[in-house]
Amino acid sequence: MSTILWLFVTVAAYELGRWLRKRTHSPLAQPAAVAIVIVGALMTVSGTSYDDYADATALITFLLGPATVALAIPLYHQVARLKGLLVPVLVALTAGAVVSMVSGILLVRWLGGSEVLERTMATKSVTAPVTIALAERLGGYPELSACFAIVIGIVGAMIAPRVLDLLGIRDRRARGIAVGAVSHGIGTARMLEESPVEGAFSGLAMGLTAVVTCLLLPLVAYVLH
Amino acid sequence: MIVGLLWLLGCQLAGTAIAELTGIPVPGPVVGMLLLFIVLVVRRRDGESDPVIQVGDYFLSHLQLFFVPAGVGVIVYLAFIRDAVAPIVVALLGSWLLGLATVGWVLSLFLRRLSESAGTEGAPGEEIE
Repeated sequence: MSTILWLFVTVAAYELGRWLRKRTHSPLAQPAAVAIVIVGALMTVSGTSYDDYADATALITFLLGPATVALAIPLYHQVARLKGLLVPVLVALTAGAVVSMVSGILLVRWLGGSEVLERTMATKSVTAPVTIALAERLGGYPELSACFAIVIGIVGAMIAPRVLDLLGIRDRRARGIAVGAVSHGIGTARMLEESPVEGAFSGLAMGLTAVVTCLLLPLVAYVLH
Repeated sequence: MIVGLLWLLGCQLAGTAIAELTGIPVPGPVVGMLLLFIVLVVRRRDGESDPVIQVGDYFLSHLQLFFVPAGVGVIVYLAFIRDAVAPIVVALLGSWLLGLATVGWVLSLFLRRLSESAGTEGAPGEEIE
């Protein structure tokens, strides 16, 4: 009974989030964020433990795996755009991933955060399913890293275009790649509204960043020591 | 539908097996993503009717649903977050901004060089006003 109840509640809360996004067009109305708030509130009210909830919704969580595999499809559709740009894009994404992860770790350290927070912060720029897997591997809190990823995606969707203007980055390809590198799918959805070029490059950067970040994991482990 | 699902699960299975056997630090589903990418490139079938692309696109359109249960886990960490608000907020925003600027500037630099050496200044750049 509780399995089907929480499965239903989770999917219904997500659907409500989708409805809200359609109605408001606000970057704050992310279906995942809306669903997390609703389900979290219901669990607190009903006194359900997270372990019970996680057991009940294991079916949904399992689908993260095949969905991660499916990220190859947009990558395949957009890869032709990389013609002649592969090396610059890979260099930029690698530099960005190193700066983003190392600065995340060091900022936490300087401000007196715990080591487990450093490990949770490190991979938050990557799309949530990959963040969860990587945080597990690094010894951070996977659930918290997923929330960091959602939050940073929303931040990107809200302010990235303006910040890029301030930074003087005007080339549409560079804008798309930069947002996809640090704000994954939620940022990509926003860049698709700016222009198809920015959206396509953002999606491309999201997929490539996931791969680059995985390969950089030994370096991150070294910084964390 | 089932054929597409089989491809996705098959790539995840192969990816997980490769990751476990070789001990590389890459999660199995990410290796599976690379495998599926290779499969798509080799097959060169682009049609919307392709079962893998149909099922995969549907999965991706609801990607956010799949990480809701993990995200709900944040309620376990509310006290942890409250105790570390400053490092969390500063590190999140600071590393985001530094990452964004690094990628944007490095790539802009490359693109400017490329368009200069090609002698087509601004043409492929599609710059906005």
